[in-house]
Amino acid sequence: MDVFQLLWLIPALPFFSFLILSLSGSKFSRTGVGVFATLSVGISALITLIIGIQFLSSPPAGHFYEQTLWVWFDVAGFKPSIAFYLDPLSLVFTFVVTFVSFLIHWYSIGFMKTEEGHVRFFAYMNLFVFSMLMLVLANNLLLLYLGWEGVGLCSFLLIGFWYKDPYNCYAARKAFIVTRIGDTAMMIGLLMLVKNFNTLDIASILTTAPQTWSPGASQAFWVTILLLGGAVGKSAQLPLQTWLPDAMAGPSPVSALIHAATMVTAGVYLIARTHVLYELAPAVQTLVAIVGAATLLIAGFSAIVQRDIKRVLAYSTISQIGYMFLALGVGAWSAAVFHFMIHAFFKSLLFLSAGVVIIAMHHEHDIFKMGGLRKKMPVVFWTFLFGAGALAAIPLITAGFYSKDEILFFAMASTKGSTWLWLAGFVGAFITSVYTFRMVFVAFFGEQKHDIHYKPGISFKIPLIILGILSLIAGFIELPHTFGHFTPFSDFINTVFPAVQLIPEKEGLELTLQISTAILALFGVFLAWQLYMKRPQMVARFKETGFGKRLNDFLFSGWKFDWLYDTFFVKPFVWLSKIDKSDFVDRIYGGVANLNLYFNKLLSATQNGNVRSYVLGVALGAVIALTIILFL
Amino acid sequence: MQIIFYIAALVAIVSTAMVITRKNAVHALLYLIVSLLAVSVIFFIMGAPFVAALEVIVYAGAIMILIIFAIMMLNLGQASEKREKEWLKPRTWIGPGILAAILLAELIYTLNSFSPSAHEQAIIDAKDVGMSLFSTYALGVELAAMMLMAGIVGAYHIGHEKQKEYHRYLQKEEKL
Amino acid sequence: MIYVPANMGLMLAAILFLLGLIGVLTRRNVLFILMSLEIMLNAAGLAFVVAGAHWMQADGQVMFIFILTMAAAEVSVGLALILQMHRHHKTVDTNVLNLLKD
Repeated sequence: MDVFQLLWLIPALPFFSFLILSLSGSKFSRTGVGVFATLSVGISALITLIIGIQFLSSPPAGHFYEQTLWVWFDVAGFKPSIAFYLDPLSLVFTFVVTFVSFLIHWYSIGFMKTEEGHVRFFAYMNLFVFSMLMLVLANNLLLLYLGWEGVGLCSFLLIGFWYKDPYNCYAARKAFIVTRIGDTAMMIGLLMLVKNFNTLDIASILTTAPQTWSPGASQAFWVTILLLGGAVGKSAQLPLQTWLPDAMAGPSPVSALIHAATMVTAGVYLIARTHVLYELAPAVQTLVAIVGAATLLIAGFSAIVQRDIKRVLAYSTISQIGYMFLALGVGAWSAAVFHFMIHAFFKSLLFLSAGVVIIAMHHEHDIFKMGGLRKKMPVVFWTFLFGAGALAAIPLITAGFYSKDEILFFAMASTKGSTWLWLAGFVGAFITSVYTFRMVFVAFFGEQKHDIHYKPGISFKIPLIILGILSLIAGFIELPHTFGHFTPFSDFINTVFPAVQLIPEKEGLELTLQISTAILALFGVFLAWQLYMKRPQMVARFKETGFGKRLNDFLFSGWKFDWLYDTFFVKPFVWLSKIDKSDFVDRIYGGVANLNLYFNKLLSATQNGNVRSYVLGVALGAVIALTIILFL
Repeated sequence: MQIIFYIAALVAIVSTAMVITRKNAVHALLYLIVSLLAVSVIFFIMGAPFVAALEVIVYAGAIMILIIFAIMMLNLGQASEKREKEWLKPRTWIGPGILAAILLAELIYTLNSFSPSAHEQAIIDAKDVGMSLFSTYALGVELAAMMLMAGIVGAYHIGHEKQKEYHRYLQKEEKL
Repeated sequence: MIYVPANMGLMLAAILFLLGLIGVLTRRNVLFILMSLEIMLNAAGLAFVVAGAHWMQADGQVMFIFILTMAAAEVSVGLALILQMHRHHKTVDTNVLNLLKD
């Protein structure tokens, strides 16, 4: 049997699990729910693994496999089908999604043990995995959009999981509405594609687009910029990044799965998937790089001053996705996907570890109230340290170093790159290592400030250890030229993407760049140690000064973007709607309603229960009918 | 000899007018029988002797007897005549009168445009009717039979006096 | 057998029908309403017979027989209803029975 035919099972299993849990989840035992949900995702991951091995050992013709289940609908020649498309790109995403989801589900069994509504939680999580897999496996953009909206919905539902607190509901609404802005842009982009090609089939669009549009065509420009709108909304990039820090209101596994590892990288997937279109619109591709570079800096600076451990991680997620956008923008497609994979491992690890810490500290989020956890929770400490090392790109031993280094090199050396983009990434890398190790030092070193009331069980530890190991070794599947040139990952994925165009004279800079990045990362760690461990009073004193206080507030609020949007969009809109409370349009609709009420009164007056008046009605009708027949 | 038709028609119209204006139900019924007999005469002179006989037997005979029984069972006495007088105020006639006048005017207008030429006429007797009834209209006869059956059963069921069951409103009153 | 112009016969039917209609509309006593209905049905039958005589066809009389059958069924059920109405409500006034309003 051809194992590729099992492809449909990968999204179907979580979906069935969702159906069963949402319909009869209350009949399961408490751990039964979690085990059931975890198993469904686990089997999906297993099937992905089998298919992946098959794909690597004997790749199908043309390096892709397409499975059409049925035609979705057929309107005027526009005929999207429910079909899955498996190529190296979607295989990598499917693998990461199923595997990380499996580990996070596993972790959630313990995490949600005492929570109310755990059935709902696992049902939503399964629905999310299903939607995300639809998104990455879709063979047409409409199905992709279905998955896209599905993950948005699950994100909304899970951020507001503890709906009894109004703040969580506010955060859920904010996430939903802000991403909706991007989704609307994406929708318009899709409609433009339908208008131009009369299909949303990804493969056929990617083959016909270069023939129809010349590079720099205005159509390509508008389509790609609209798709970019969708991508920045979902991936929390400038200017729609404001929802992600608030999205941390959800449970930690949700933050790990949706708001770090998978959903927020959907934008990266979308751009990588439609990379041909972006190559036809060089201006937009440059914009992608600029957006990425600007976002990684802004989010990185904000992360330095956050006190909430999850908010630090949220800003760092925004910043890391900024790196991926930077890579996409300079045409280093495979580097972006590679960083996505590594990032999924170490960021979900960090969130899961943070979740354990938060539970152990009586739901305390503030890192300055933690401290000294190193001794009490060694496993969590070490796994967190591995994740943090990968995030800060500690040279040679962590996976993050290899992926980030590749991006920085391409930002400099690609024909689409520039020194400025490299510099942004370079500074960003430094900031990253500072804020990461600030978190590590403040939370895990120093003296203990509070007792922990809960020790993580084995079900917490195993996923953490697996992810921790992956955060260290996953980078070795893509070694740069300077270290042995062992590149199975990019060889594998470059059947989808064109190779990066390099500027010849900058190629030789690779080793220099690597060494400088490595030194910078280590210097960042050292600086964090100095500032937050050795001389914390220095930082405190700087915060006392007027400028320092203002700067701190400014960065803490995420560069005042919320205030900006509030002032320029929300408040004018609320003001407009207030002054327009009873506008003339309402009058029209109210008038229609009143007219109906009037006629209703008129007609119900005829229903007086008097038989003879009904007869009178019949006779009048006869008169009118006869008059019409005779005289008209 | 057409005068016979006009006389019969006049009798029918006048007696019908009397039916709808009488206050005593039995008087009205007697006028109704006169009206039906006059129509029967018209049927006869138009060459339809069979239906003329049916009109007398079924309408003027059977149905009217049925109504008389009903009047007997209702046992409406002198009081009901007074009540009828109260109900029949002159102004109640205005609306229906105008409506009927409009309809009549329209019907006269229509019928004036239709002036049949005097051509020969034939008597259609019971045999012709029977032939048509049991060949072309056999299905209709079956349906009419079923309807009569349903009418009989329905009339029995509705008219059957249920000794112990009262209308729900009356039940409440009796409990009070 | 006397020749009767068809339009005169139809005119008579129309007049009788309208008299019946006036009766239905003006009388409050349900018994009179039933009688007026009989007048209307009879007038309709008359129109059929006149038309049948005009075209020298038996169909008009067949229709009259059907109308007769229907009138018999209608009057038997109608009288049973009147009896029940009188039994339960002690009245023959249709204005009293106005529960059919909304």
